[in-house]
Amino acid sequence: MAATLPPPRLLPSGDSAVTVEFSRTIDDAANQRVLALDKALAAHPIDGITETVPTYRSLLVHYDPGKVGFDALGEKILPIATRPLPPATKARRWRIPVAYGGEHGIDLEEVAKALNTTPDDIVARHASGDYRVAMIGFTPGWSYLSGLDKSLHMSRRQSPRLFTPAGTISIGGIQAGIQCLAAPSGWHLLGRTPVRTYQLHRNPTFLTEPGDRVTFFAIDHKTFEEQDRAAEAGEIIAEQVDA
Amino acid sequence: MSRLVVASIGPASSVQDGGRFGAQRYGLTVSGAMDRLSLAAANTLVGNAPLAAAVEIGPFGATLTARDGAVRVAISGAPRNADIAGRPVAIDTSVTLKDGETLTLGFARGGAFTYLAIEGAIKGEEVFGSLAVNARAGLGSPYPRPLQAGDEFAVDPASGAPELRIELPKPVAGPIRVLLGPQDDEFDDANKALFLDSEWKISATSDRMGYRLDGPAIKHLHGHNIVSDGTVNGSIQVPGNGAPIALMMDRGTSGGYPKIATVITADVGRLAQTSAGTAFRFKQVTMVEAQDEARKFAQLIRTLPDRLRSSDIVELNIEALSDANVAGYAVSAVDSGTWQVAAEP
Repeated sequence: MAATLPPPRLLPSGDSAVTVEFSRTIDDAANQRVLALDKALAAHPIDGITETVPTYRSLLVHYDPGKVGFDALGEKILPIATRPLPPATKARRWRIPVAYGGEHGIDLEEVAKALNTTPDDIVARHASGDYRVAMIGFTPGWSYLSGLDKSLHMSRRQSPRLFTPAGTISIGGIQAGIQCLAAPSGWHLLGRTPVRTYQLHRNPTFLTEPGDRVTFFAIDHKTFEEQDRAAEAGEIIAEQVDA
Repeated sequence: MSRLVVASIGPASSVQDGGRFGAQRYGLTVSGAMDRLSLAAANTLVGNAPLAAAVEIGPFGATLTARDGAVRVAISGAPRNADIAGRPVAIDTSVTLKDGETLTLGFARGGAFTYLAIEGAIKGEEVFGSLAVNARAGLGSPYPRPLQAGDEFAVDPASGAPELRIELPKPVAGPIRVLLGPQDDEFDDANKALFLDSEWKISATSDRMGYRLDGPAIKHLHGHNIVSDGTVNGSIQVPGNGAPIALMMDRGTSGGYPKIATVITADVGRLAQTSAGTAFRFKQVTMVEAQDEARKFAQLIRTLPDRLRSSDIVELNIEALSDANVAGYAVSAVDSGTWQVAAEP
């Protein structure tokens, strides 16, 4: 990392939030800066900030304009955002089971055809990836992952599906994802996981955090059914290992 | 405990409060009342905290019946015909339903959402400090979905406190005020001007997640795909077809379309109350103006109790009546008693 850093852009998101933008593209280095700023603001809160939302490339900072104005807040954020990155802390790593193909991954065959290979090969490439939770958004627990194998990059579906099931494991563009709740999606469905990244009455309610690492491994559909029932009962199915 | 039973209710009605904050970073939507000021006014009338949970009633009507005792309620927001057994009930007043009495609310006139607050507030299981319903996520309490006939709320028996009305300031008229950004640089000057200078109408396909705006197509400078980033209440994103969408309370916490502008906090509720098909415009303001308005808006909500009046002192407010005419519900002022004040003992 260079000693001097380009300052992020401070973009007003209305009168009560500011987007602190480090990059306009998906970039792990920028994402690390986003997460570092997020952590710094959590450790040393600035009066008036009410909530922060880290994304791939920017940190959305919600604040109360009754306590701090846009310019004053920007002046406080900028020096923190341009500090050298702190030494990397140990990331948490999650091993996520996936029932690939069949009814759980209805696009697997089509993806294999489009990429001129076999479904088994797609599964092998997807499951051998080392991913990073770059952001969580859209619906509760929806984890956007960076690190998808270049050979699996492909355009999203022409028309999005209005319904994709809870637990869907999918790829779209250069991204991979873990979807927790049923939702519309234009991504390609490779499989389903019994893991709930969000479960209301479980402790913790949310499993993944931005910055966590993720790997996938295949399970058969029978195991999926068993683990899905256990997960529904509140059991945490994902294995956590040190990165 | 008294009960308030929903005898009938139109779609797009749900329990809402000030919203669910603190977990947007995990994709948990904020939800909450589409019109915070009206929620706060209704709650203030029955002595509740301003952003306590109340019933948000969509454009269609509703009937609610008190059971096992009296229930004190108040309505604020979009005006509509309202009565209890033929006795008219005014907007912005409290009223007590005796055991077995039914409050009948008609269609909204000149607005979309009316808030029915219940003395003691709606009780339920909070998630991140909120009962607000997000039907899509199956979240909220006591019913994590739109309300339907047969639903009921266990509520405090009416206290017998004197009935009140609330004198709200004259509604702000004129364009919906916006700040440009955060991605206004994804549009050239001509398209920014097109957005600011055109007349818009809210499409009938709008809902609590977003208001689709009918008007000219806004063209992007570099295409419509940006890398997803965070959204706020009132973000106006422009998807590929060029028809802007104003993100409302059930918005996703992130979005992947460029956001040309953001509705100022003080005007989000006004936009929410703009009926489908009604023409309106946007107006650009400065950050200083927007934050000043946001502070005034917060101050207004805090000081609502100062605006309470006894409901049996009726002053004919010519200004309010004339506003009502301008807003298009003059007929109700004359015929249905919407602007009369219920003189309950």
